[in-house]
Amino acid sequence: MKIKQISVFLENKKGRLYEALKVLQGERVNIRALSIADTSEFGILRMIVDKPEEAKKALEENGFTAKLTNVVAVGVKDEPGGLAAVLAYLYEADLNVEYVYAFVKKAGEEAIVVMRTSNLEKTISVLQEKGVKIFSFEELLNF
Amino acid sequence: MYWNKEVECMPEEKLRELQLERLKQVVKRAYEKVPFYRKKFDEAGLKPEDIRTLEDIKYIPFTSKADMREAYPFGLFAAPLEEIVEVHTSSGTTGKPVVAGYTRKDIELWGELIARCLTMIGVTKHDIVQIAYGYGLFTGGLGFHYGAQKIGATVVPASAGNTRRQIELMRDFGTTVIACTPSYSLYLAEYAKEEVGIDPATLKLRVGSFGAEMWTEEMRKEIEKRLGLKAFNVYGLTEIIGPGVAHECEAQAGLHVWEDHFLIEIIDPETGETLPDGEEGELVITSLTRDGMPMLRFRTRDITRIIRKKCDCGRTMARIERIKGRTDDMIKVRGVMLFPYQIEQAILEVQGVEPHYQIVLTRPHYLDEIEVLVEMSKETFSDEVREIEELRKKLEKRIEAAVGIRVKVTLVEPKSLPRSEGKAKRIIDKRNLK
Repeated sequence: MKIKQISVFLENKKGRLYEALKVLQGERVNIRALSIADTSEFGILRMIVDKPEEAKKALEENGFTAKLTNVVAVGVKDEPGGLAAVLAYLYEADLNVEYVYAFVKKAGEEAIVVMRTSNLEKTISVLQEKGVKIFSFEELLNF
Repeated sequence: MYWNKEVECMPEEKLRELQLERLKQVVKRAYEKVPFYRKKFDEAGLKPEDIRTLEDIKYIPFTSKADMREAYPFGLFAAPLEEIVEVHTSSGTTGKPVVAGYTRKDIELWGELIARCLTMIGVTKHDIVQIAYGYGLFTGGLGFHYGAQKIGATVVPASAGNTRRQIELMRDFGTTVIACTPSYSLYLAEYAKEEVGIDPATLKLRVGSFGAEMWTEEMRKEIEKRLGLKAFNVYGLTEIIGPGVAHECEAQAGLHVWEDHFLIEIIDPETGETLPDGEEGELVITSLTRDGMPMLRFRTRDITRIIRKKCDCGRTMARIERIKGRTDDMIKVRGVMLFPYQIEQAILEVQGVEPHYQIVLTRPHYLDEIEVLVEMSKETFSDEVREIEELRKKLEKRIEAAVGIRVKVTLVEPKSLPRSEGKAKRIIDKRNLK
């Protein structure tokens, strides 16, 4: 159950993030989760949106470089050690985490962690075996 | 294919005889008709009769771009204005423009030279030649126009700019030959694909003659791949006649100089001393037959070397290597001399970036720094910082290996660097050296 994430290359220039988000607003694309990886030179905007294909097309038409990548969305308990438990499973299975970001709907409830690892297939099977909840795209949108 | 086989393949001995005879004539004429040359000769204690052999040319003082500016506008004309039928100028971005005057004979000669160039790469009267160099004061447009018409080809005088129309003309007319700057050809390819929705490889383009700016072998490969044609290098300059001084033949191994009309030398740009054939230095040209404005030992500021080895194409005319840069494009950074082409080569060797770049020079803390902006290719954008960083570091390493000093590479978004319809502006010097 891989999920399509949209990534956008952002030059480290004033207003560039705003411009990207304005494009999405114009397409009526809703963002479920978002993170930015930034270096001093550039940033990568990563988002889970309700219409990834449309979002990519609109961004590209407006001069952005965008790409759809597969990620896994995992449910963790919103409590101390919730994420650590999941990462422990990955560590044991020798899986490397490329990046991770999380969002919570309401404090105390389940949190969703979006991650990309060195091997997504294996990540899914390892976590499912351990009884960790893996979200489908539909579930994520309705979360 | 030859336009003028007898001349193009003339035995070398005969060619030298012809050059000497013409050199004596042009020296005499310049001395008699142009006060500028007379003054220079007199100051050097030189008389036209002193030039007895081709080697004696070394006694003639150089003519520089600064001399030409001083002679602005018509000071170097050797023919009265009533015989001048056309003038062209250089862009004049670095001061007063250089003015070139042509008599009817000169225009004929120009056409002949371009006809030789185009025939050399297989262009015939059956071709449709689209000229996307600027028409007007710039020599590119009209020079190619005269030559292509002389061959009898169908000329499409598109001039520079209006990229969409250029592509539509190519598609609708079935253009087979394109003449423009190399950077513009890449822009055409990109625009056709992304803005007009035409795969440039489906156009009928067969060959292209590209010049008026410095480009590299790697750039040639990109152009050939993207436009689906064979790309050739043309050389020329306003001061001498415009494009058509030299052109590559089918072998794509150096540009044949039309030596029956131009005498070439290579000098050390620092000392002005003549260098032996095969050594790299500044190209100096004497126009032997220009009627309206003869040029004696014009310092082109272009860096190249002369190849005398006989070419497979059968022409006896010497070749020059692809121009490596201009003595004034030479960037001096922390005491190291480097040319933009070295950076271009390095960039194009790395996969995953576009052939669009810009070199920015700054001096933040009393020390020069070079930043190279390179466009990332849409296809290779990775959403992992690590991979982008690796690409960036690879570029930095490759460029450092090529130029010998550390540079900073910044990857920018595709299509974010300015595109040019003429000569690309590759260097932005922000150092305040005053």
